[in-house]
Amino acid sequence: MAYQDEKLDEEKVFKDPVHRYIHVRDRIIWDLVSTAEFQRLRRIKQLGTTFYTFHGAEHSRFNHSLGVYEIVRRILENFKGQTYWDEEERILCLCAALLHDLGHGPYSHSFEKVFDLDHEDFTRAIILGDTEVNQILRKVSDQFPQDVADVIHKTYSNKLVVSLISSQIDADRMDYLQRDAYFTGVSYGHFDMERILRVMRPKEDQVVIKESGMHAVEDYIMSRYQMYWQVYFHPVTRSAEVILSKILHRARDLFFSSDYAFEFEPKHFESFFHKDVSLKDYLKLDENVVMYYFHTWQEESDEILADLCRRFINRDLFKYIEFNPGTQYRELMDLKESFIEAGIDPSYYLEMDSSSDLPYDFYRPGEEEERLPIHLQLPSGELKELSRQSEIVEAISGKKRTDHKLYYAKDLIHELPDDSKAKQRILEILKG
Amino acid sequence: MLEDHAKLMAFFKQANEIVGRKRLQKMVYILKKSGFPFSERYSFHFYGPYSEELSTRIEELCNLGFIGEAKEKEKGYFQYRYYLTEQGEGFLAEADVGVSDMTGLMEEMDSKSSKFLELVSTMLYFEEFTQEEVEEKVLTVKSKQNYTEEDFSEAWEFIRKMKAH
Repeated sequence: MAYQDEKLDEEKVFKDPVHRYIHVRDRIIWDLVSTAEFQRLRRIKQLGTTFYTFHGAEHSRFNHSLGVYEIVRRILENFKGQTYWDEEERILCLCAALLHDLGHGPYSHSFEKVFDLDHEDFTRAIILGDTEVNQILRKVSDQFPQDVADVIHKTYSNKLVVSLISSQIDADRMDYLQRDAYFTGVSYGHFDMERILRVMRPKEDQVVIKESGMHAVEDYIMSRYQMYWQVYFHPVTRSAEVILSKILHRARDLFFSSDYAFEFEPKHFESFFHKDVSLKDYLKLDENVVMYYFHTWQEESDEILADLCRRFINRDLFKYIEFNPGTQYRELMDLKESFIEAGIDPSYYLEMDSSSDLPYDFYRPGEEEERLPIHLQLPSGELKELSRQSEIVEAISGKKRTDHKLYYAKDLIHELPDDSKAKQRILEILKG
Repeated sequence: MLEDHAKLMAFFKQANEIVGRKRLQKMVYILKKSGFPFSERYSFHFYGPYSEELSTRIEELCNLGFIGEAKEKEKGYFQYRYYLTEQGEGFLAEADVGVSDMTGLMEEMDSKSSKFLELVSTMLYFEEFTQEEVEEKVLTVKSKQNYTEEDFSEAWEFIRKMKAH
């Protein structure tokens, strides 16, 4: 029997708080889950620094990846025998669903920004490189790892397959919205996924939704909207992320400084600093390792690095205010100057954060040059874009979706002498 | 602070104006691939490389009043025109981002259609492949665009010139 058709002697199940059970019958899926590269995802949190805001948000990319696999598995059960669906693509879809986040690193968003990396490149590198995952995929065929990588990279020839893993209503989003809602404990993020799965229909190059399922999809779009503002763009989470980025910047600056010697050398970070990260180096760095460095760096002689690490470890975060750089950009410049005058380095203790810095997004109805929208299939067979049929979706599409906040170390400002002019100016701009 | 926003404003200043969201997406991608320091992350979408981050950042710049957006009807469909506002000029002057001159490459792009820029950016997306593989890949992922041999030749020539910039 061909490897891709091999079944386990009996079905294995993972107990899961979101989907109740995750069912595995295909040997290849079981083998992939057991690889070192997939197990590494247990040590990468799904929501990065969000646990500082919602203490339950300690779930990992491992949980989420299994969840996405399970959703795709259920969708494909429904697709069996339907026009446009090719059952030959089943194993490819399941593998791509399971492995789609394989390349995420520790606190990936901050790391990627600071070190100019892209986790998608590492996902490809793990799938195509000298790894346990690659060895298993190659048992199907020499071409198979490339096909899995192409599906995840969204460049596979069958766009229907791609759309299951990555589109505006895909298994990835359906899992993370529900999982993030569950683990953060918020009451948003829930929607009737079973209903959506039942009304999904395969078409030539995308999944569409039967019109009768519109209200379930509206609920999903609203969940996405609410989770964005209530969880993903939560200012406390963003504050922790600002500090994390500052630590990485400071450590890198010190690394290249000729007159600083680390007491605890950043060995695991060296290739990141040099912008020459091998796959081996990348896989060695997980969140446990990063936290160990941060813990140790609290004892460094560099006061800024030690202070930032202490803040991150002990959740002593920066304060924030709403700030509109459109009308206040001169004040922003003044603020930077006053920080310098006061002896507080603004490169590490002042930061403007914008919603475009987030790796999450809203539903976009899609115009000619944008991403593919969600399409409803009318009883006549005609396809209509969701926001043209749904007043609720239309109401939240195209509205102001941006936000800016200014983060600063309030305690350092208050420690300045009261007669300091810089302090007075800073407090005036920050309104106390 | 707001360096990424300022770099985009510098782009609009040098371009004078950009008509069409697809054109905007592809131009920034091509400039980025040519080594200009744009940080917006791209991934592959229906129309080739697309950056959600760029779309959101442009929205932000419009909301802040730094970039103007005009919706215009052209030959029966709507398109968007973008330009740097006076307020944006003011911010840019203070931000001092030091983006180098992009006008040479921008002029090259100005004379090309959006469909052509879509082809070039898709080819650049697969740049780690051989020339033959790139063409095969483009024909696979964008089979409905019916690109011809002449289109590919023109695109390769464009990429050659682009790399020389």
